[in-house]
Amino acid sequence: MIHAALIFATACFTLGLILTVYRLAAGPNAADRILALDTIVINLIALVVLYGIWTGSQTFFEASMLIAMVGFVSTVAYCRFVLRGNIIE
Amino acid sequence: MESLAEILIAACLVISGIFGIVGSWGLVRLGDSMQRLHAPTKATTLGIGAALIASMLYFGLLKGNLSFHELMITLFLFLTAPVTANFIAKAYMLHHVAKGDLPDTGRQCGWAGYDDPPETHPLD
Repeated sequence: MIHAALIFATACFTLGLILTVYRLAAGPNAADRILALDTIVINLIALVVLYGIWTGSQTFFEASMLIAMVGFVSTVAYCRFVLRGNIIE
Repeated sequence: MESLAEILIAACLVISGIFGIVGSWGLVRLGDSMQRLHAPTKATTLGIGAALIASMLYFGLLKGNLSFHELMITLFLFLTAPVTANFIAKAYMLHHVAKGDLPDTGRQCGWAGYDDPPETHPLD
């Protein structure tokens, strides 16, 4: 039962990743592309967590935590670059 | 012979998958950039929260080693999602909303991003 639910959730997040990549390619302005990158990071964290359940190993939490932090910092840095033309003033 | 724990974990996984796909589908489907901002920052964050809770329940109830790492990731994502949404909205507004269309702030300083910050603190 967990196996089937795991496959379902992984398929959903993988499909979401594909849809997000479409928005990243087609997004009309920079804000859409930043948002698409942020969503890609969130979907990736979910996939890493699901893979951790799949293999039964707890090593993947540190990886997903690091991906979450790097994703947040990169989104903020990109937004600041669009806003001010400079990241650290 | 499915125990209650397995049903709970499977339900959390299914909920997470549904919310994740709804968030990403909203990013593609909605028409305007500001409407698109709603879907991933809310639905996808909720989806990943459910996935992390499922992971915590799985390792706590079935594997027997309960840890709260996942709650930390959930908390981090729930704290950072509004911040990134605010930054993305500001980045959009600066290039697509004219300064004259914005309402008056009612303070000495204007809107952040459009005007320079004031020399003195506005609450002094």
